[in-house]
Amino acid sequence: MEVLTDLEWVLACYADDVPENGGACIKHGAEQIAIYNFARRGEWYATQNLCPHKQQMVLSRGMIGSAGESCEPKVACPFHKKTFSLLSGECLSGDDYTIKTYPVKVVDGRVYIGVI
Amino acid sequence: MKSVVVVVGNGMVSHKFCEKLVAKSSNHQIVVFGEEPRRAYDRVHLSEYFAGKTAEDLSMSQASWYADHGIELYLGDPVQEINRQQKTVHSLSGVTVRYDYLVLATGSGAFVPNIPGVEKQGVFVYRTIDDLDRIKAYAANAKSGVVMGGGLLGLEAAKALIDLGIGQTHVVEFAPRLMPRQVDAGGSAMLQAKLNQLGLQIHLNKSTSCIEGAEHITGLRFSDDSLLETDMLVISAGIRPRDELARLSGLDVGVRGGVIVNARMQTNDPAVFAIGECALSDGMIYGLVAPGYDMAEVVVAQLAGNDREFNGFDMSTKLKLIGVDVASFGDAFISEPDCRTIVFEDTHKGIYKRINFSNDGRHLLGGILIGDADAYNMLLQTVNNKLALPPDPEDMILGARGSAATEGAGVMSLPDDALICSCEAVSKGNICGAVNDGALTIDEVKKCTGAGTGCGGCMPMVKDLIAGTMKANGQYIKNVICEHFAYSRQELYDLVKINKLKNYDLILDHYGKGDGCEVCKPLVASILSSLWNDLVVKQDTIQDSNDRYLANIQKGGTYSVVPRIPGGEITPEKLIVIGLVAQKYGLYTKITGGQRIDMFGAHVSDLPNIWEALIDAGFESGHAYGKSLRTVKSCVGSTWCRFGLHDSVSFAIEIEERYKGLRSPHKLKGGVSGCIRECAEAQGKDFGIIATEKGWNLYVCGNGGSKPQHAQLIAADIDSKTCIQYLDRFLMFYIKTADPLTRTATWLNKLEGGISYLKNVVVNDSLGIAAQLEEEMQLLVDSFHCEWKEVVNNPQLRKRFTHFVNAPEEKDPNVKFESMREQVKASW
Ligand code: SRM
Ligand SMILES: Cc1cc2nc3c(=O)[nH]c(=O)nc-3n(C[C@H](O)[C@H](O)[C@H](O)COP(=O)(O)OP(=O)(O)OC[C@H]3O[C@@H](n4cnc5c(N)ncnc54)[C@H](O)[C@@H]3O)c2cc1C
Ligand code: SF4
Ligand code: FES
Repeated sequence: MEVLTDLEWVLACYADDVPENGGACIKHGAEQIAIYNFARRGEWYATQNLCPHKQQMVLSRGMIGSAGESCEPKVACPFHKKTFSLLSGECLSGDDYTIKTYPVKVVDGRVYIGVI
Repeated sequence: MKSVVVVVGNGMVSHKFCEKLVAKSSNHQIVVFGEEPRRAYDRVHLSEYFAGKTAEDLSMSQASWYADHGIELYLGDPVQEINRQQKTVHSLSGVTVRYDYLVLATGSGAFVPNIPGVEKQGVFVYRTIDDLDRIKAYAANAKSGVVMGGGLLGLEAAKALIDLGIGQTHVVEFAPRLMPRQVDAGGSAMLQAKLNQLGLQIHLNKSTSCIEGAEHITGLRFSDDSLLETDMLVISAGIRPRDELARLSGLDVGVRGGVIVNARMQTNDPAVFAIGECALSDGMIYGLVAPGYDMAEVVVAQLAGNDREFNGFDMSTKLKLIGVDVASFGDAFISEPDCRTIVFEDTHKGIYKRINFSNDGRHLLGGILIGDADAYNMLLQTVNNKLALPPDPEDMILGARGSAATEGAGVMSLPDDALICSCEAVSKGNICGAVNDGALTIDEVKKCTGAGTGCGGCMPMVKDLIAGTMKANGQYIKNVICEHFAYSRQELYDLVKINKLKNYDLILDHYGKGDGCEVCKPLVASILSSLWNDLVVKQDTIQDSNDRYLANIQKGGTYSVVPRIPGGEITPEKLIVIGLVAQKYGLYTKITGGQRIDMFGAHVSDLPNIWEALIDAGFESGHAYGKSLRTVKSCVGSTWCRFGLHDSVSFAIEIEERYKGLRSPHKLKGGVSGCIRECAEAQGKDFGIIATEKGWNLYVCGNGGSKPQHAQLIAADIDSKTCIQYLDRFLMFYIKTADPLTRTATWLNKLEGGISYLKNVVVNDSLGIAAQLEEEMQLLVDSFHCEWKEVVNNPQLRKRFTHFVNAPEEKDPNVKFESMREQVKASW
């Protein structure tokens, strides 16, 4: 595992800004980042907001869920339901794209994401 | 050293050849020359270009496919010369490449007969995207058009002219019948009747002697000296193999054209192959794509060091021509006394079926189907595999009456080597083998066998084979929702109802596993709405894309706004409000096909403000985003129309108000017409009501959309009260029993017993559940709420309609508009 020495934690939003078991989008400079509150599992995830399929800025509005025996957490794009792993960013619908993922931590009701 | 394979032509077969070769071996450097300016595209579906598909949609590969696979591709650069001594080709732009193997895949061109005047402006052929562009441009100023040739392609071209808005379209055919290669005289007559209904005029037995006009065509003169005036002409008189390059380089060609090849697809020069529509194999040019793909496979096998031969190909075809199914298979034209023939004709429905079978009654030899070709796959298999005929061969075209022999059983009786998918050469054995190895869904079987990835015509058989094999293995085939719920929709509906569950997570804990997904979440959301009519925004993250934000998402991520306009009736005051709102928020407005007004291009953060203004003016949500009641279309009816029998507008409004917001497995649409002229198109809706002298006729389970179907009469001459009572029962029964995303028409088609069963349940209460259905519906009617009103009045809910939660006042900067006809459109 590579050590991310210059990881910077930025305050993204408050925990109650993101609906339970759903996502919301935040602005980080010129970037749009989707944050998911996977309340059912007590986990948080973040990915790029852009769906690589048809270049739509919408992943934060997608449905989240899990796939397979290992319960891989995933998000489905609201446009054509391509699904992406929230862990690796890999497209799970058999296409050849990967989306960017970000580490997330929640401290005192504040959501931070790790950017480089 | 890799050997160099040069391919001349980049059409469908050339592309398939490249795909197969890179999949099979990496020992070749491939270079492709194409004369057309674009990568190989799906010529079979060329006409869809007029229906809105773009060249890119039709393309057979992603833009980077050739580069990704290390293939050199020269487009817009035809090969002009082959030097067989030096083994080189030279292209128009001056590229010279040395080859070890040369593959000619130059296809064919339209055959243009030598008639005086064919060079005039306004005369076209129908073969390439460029041809279509030219036709489209010229058609804009044409009022009439003629297609020369009543074959398969000619009729398709004629349909294209109609679609381009040419009011008068004619087809001129030299032979005494249409599609002379596929159908017989009886079939042709039936087809002609159908085409006439569509506004096509057919002229048979006509031989054209010259094309009249100065610079532009003005008409066709026939050998009987009659004249047909026209603004344009599309020639579709057959194909001519593109063998000019082969001819020039001294390869053997047929007297009537085509590069002569042996069973290995080799020309008289063993280093040169020819495949596809340019190849003349055993005296035959195959004008279909599947044999071309098979030829490509033969050459690939050769290059990979295997031996394979091309042994001819079955020319049976099934097509949808201008919305009419047309199929011919096996020996379609053989006739008595060489065989026995059964012909079935239904001029009312426009169905013609003919089967030819052996004199001893044992084997099917061939046949023709027009108007209804559902039995095609099975009939073709019966011919190809010499299956034994049933005692009453007519059952094969009329369906078994009485005891039912299911199609699934029929497919399972095929031998293992029966070819199911001819595009990809997949046999029954391959498919059943895949199922035995654990591929249990259509997608999995597609992935591991390739079946159904070409034209898709074999999908119904693949489905039956999967089901049949699973059944034979004792596997229980269950219509389960997804990996998280091992229940069908109907089972889950009952469980949720009996246990009074109202929350997705609880239902998942009780009856499912894992964390859910994009399939089960909206499905449970729909069940919850149908049962309890709770506010969908309360569980917004399980709602499907559009329900999540109570609006339809569009390209670019904006939304549309559709207020309810019951029955299509609206006051001038409300029209003004819509205008003002659209103006204020910069929305594009359009009258919809459902008699109301759609406003497009709203930013997610503007939605609550827009709806606040609309609700203030007395509007409610139109549920255009939900799988729920959309509109009840009305005609003006007896209040104004001189033919109107009853007040159809008032009744449409009453019905729309009653079922508004009703969530269901798929969307629901209704219509009410004031008389049999049917201006509200009620018979194309999920439920349709037509006024009669004595009351109303109620029709159910109609559908527009991609597979239109007329609604069927379920009760005649009933009064308004009974009509609503039946509607309550019908809709509730559908909601409780239909599979997810199944419209009423598809639901009825699958319902055992069909319309007579449904009629029994709804009208005669044969299941004894009518009172319960009515009660359940009343509960839903009474608990209606406008979900937008709830959002507008709830600051907590309003907050969710933002693009950036950390910058709520900012809009998505990626959303861009450009102007068009004084309004906006999304820039994409
Ligand atoms: C706006 C409208 C087109 C128009 O400009 O006229 C329209 C627009 C859409 N239609 Fe439609 N349909 C519209 C009338 C129709 C009609 C005509 C009618 O209702 O009389 C039909 C054929 C009749 C029928 O449904 O039986 C129609 C058959 C479809 C279908 C195919 C349904 C089928 O069973 O085959 C779909 C796809 C689907 O639902 O899965 C569809 C889906 C869509 C969607 C929702 C596609 C989507 O998911 O984004 C479009 C949303 C546009 C938007 O963002 O607002 N639309 N659509 C019409 C809205 C009517 C309204 O006031 O609510
Ligand atoms: C409107 C229409 C509908 C059809 N419908 C059906 C159908 O329903 N079912 C079916 O099976 N078939 C159908 N066909 C036929 C099917 O499209 C053909 O069988 C198939 O395209 C043949 O593929 P091919 O690669 O041999 O030739 P093509 O697809 O014609 O490709 C040959 C390519 O080679 C290029 N070329 C020629 N000479 C040179 C040169 N010297 N250098 C470089 N390039 C050259 C041509 O420009 C062309 O792009 C239809 C055809 C049309 C036009
Ligand atoms: S359906 Fe009948 S009543 Fe209604 S507008 Fe047409 S002709 Fe008039
Ligand atoms: S844009 Fe995301 S799946 Fe198509």
